[in-house]
Amino acid sequence: MNSVAFLVIAIITLAGALAAATLPRLIHAALSLVVAFVGVAASFFLLGAEFVGLVQVFVYVGAVAVLIVFTILLTRREVIGERGVNWGGAIVALAVFGGLLWTIFKTKSLALPAPQIEPLTVKQIGETLMTNYVWPLQCVGLVLTAALIGALVLVMEEKR
Amino acid sequence: MSDSLDQIFISAKHWILSLLSGLPDWVAPIISSLINIGALLGVFLTLFAAISVLERKILGRMQNRYGPNRVGPFGLFQPLADGIKMLIKEDVVPARADKVVHFLAPILVAAAAILALGVIPYGRNMTPFAIDGGILFFFAVGSTTELAVFMAGWGSNNKFSMLGAMRAIAQMVSYELPLILTTLPVVMIVGALSPDAIVAAQDGYSLGVLPHWFVTTPWGAAAFVLFFVSGLVESNRTPFDVPEGESEIVAGHMTEYSGFKYATFFMAEYFGMFAISGLAVTLFLGGWHSPIAALNFIPSYFWFFLKLSALLFVYIWVRGTLPRTRVDQIMNFAWKFMLPMAFTLIVAAAVWHYEGRGLAGWLWSLAVIALVYLALSRLLDTRRKFARRTYRFAE
Repeated sequence: MNSVAFLVIAIITLAGALAAATLPRLIHAALSLVVAFVGVAASFFLLGAEFVGLVQVFVYVGAVAVLIVFTILLTRREVIGERGVNWGGAIVALAVFGGLLWTIFKTKSLALPAPQIEPLTVKQIGETLMTNYVWPLQCVGLVLTAALIGALVLVMEEKR
Repeated sequence: MSDSLDQIFISAKHWILSLLSGLPDWVAPIISSLINIGALLGVFLTLFAAISVLERKILGRMQNRYGPNRVGPFGLFQPLADGIKMLIKEDVVPARADKVVHFLAPILVAAAAILALGVIPYGRNMTPFAIDGGILFFFAVGSTTELAVFMAGWGSNNKFSMLGAMRAIAQMVSYELPLILTTLPVVMIVGALSPDAIVAAQDGYSLGVLPHWFVTTPWGAAAFVLFFVSGLVESNRTPFDVPEGESEIVAGHMTEYSGFKYATFFMAEYFGMFAISGLAVTLFLGGWHSPIAALNFIPSYFWFFLKLSALLFVYIWVRGTLPRTRVDQIMNFAWKFMLPMAFTLIVAAAVWHYEGRGLAGWLWSLAVIALVYLALSRLLDTRRKFARRTYRFAE
């Protein structure tokens, strides 16, 4: 049952990613990327990481995708040209993939049997974030606030 | 007796599942999900039909006219006529439209709205899909609506559609923030993201008549109002319906849709309204709990749908009362008033909690909210900037 679900999710995710890389119109590519995002979220669900999956949908589909789509819309005129295959890029991507695959298969931890892990509840995640990881959390908050203020400063009209 | 009436739908479902006991193990969960989906769609499509005719009736009443009264007794079969009309209408797709995106947009909008309805507890043991992060799921699914609206606007290849979609996305993104921030106090106090836990936390009565709903606390009442206003914006209802302001941009992102696709958008809008109202009932109005202890014998789902109907009535009431706001007013209101107030409510809820959740906490929390509210209203008062108006007439 799980492996069938994994197969379906993997096919959808990869198809979305492939479409994002190859479709001629940029908006279509951006929308296909959303399919890949949702696929990744679905595989998180399948692994029992409910919270991460929900945040994946929330952040990537709700925010990042809308951002990408609007950036495309507002910054360029629609150019429907052939996006020709970038062979150099494809070779680099394949090389990275091969390298990663080789490294993963070389590690010893792959041979270990997977320990039985209880699915984390949202409450546990919250408690960990608020105790062990409170400083990293605050730092991230600071960075995001700075980014927000920076964005505001950038778009604010200069008063003359 | 009252218990069996309360659980009648659960028993019915168990009975259906018991009929299937001979089948392999993996069938039962799928059948169970399908029953839940069927029940959800059945109930809310009926409610949609009912509310579409009731809305027109109530608006008619408010505007001193009859409303629909031709089809069936009192015009009650109007939704049926509307449905048939929508089904047999021609489906017009613009020649220059992006066919695939144009086609997918209404489906995605409707899917998001229906998914959001799935995590709300409609009665005791009656949550269709009880997941641990239910509230997060609700907002995660809700945030995909923006993308669907964009697809509708962009796929139509029409400037009015695009402008409407951009207006809709701008206000949805802005009000998503207060919407989520106003649920935070509740999540903080309950200490869980699951709607069932939130409803359970609002159980109990003081003196048998005062329910422990969050709306009875100052922060809860304020959060409920903010949540309701944000909900109005998220479902693009009057007074925040600039995305489809017909005098300016025809019907916004729905301009190029006709027939059944338009009906799907319309349905999704109402489903979104049901979902937001349902979440408001869950978060602040005690979910399916009865208002006083003596009325506990009435089934839980009755109370839920009573509260839901009351909120929907307010939606219609507001629509019949208020004029449309301007885009800049909507944005200013979101960022300058709603957001600071939402942050204040988090503090107010914390004060309430640490003062022992009693009368002292109640008063302190009220004081915090009142202070910030007064300060904000002084700061945002633009009337002081106006000088006495002098009139110059043509001479």
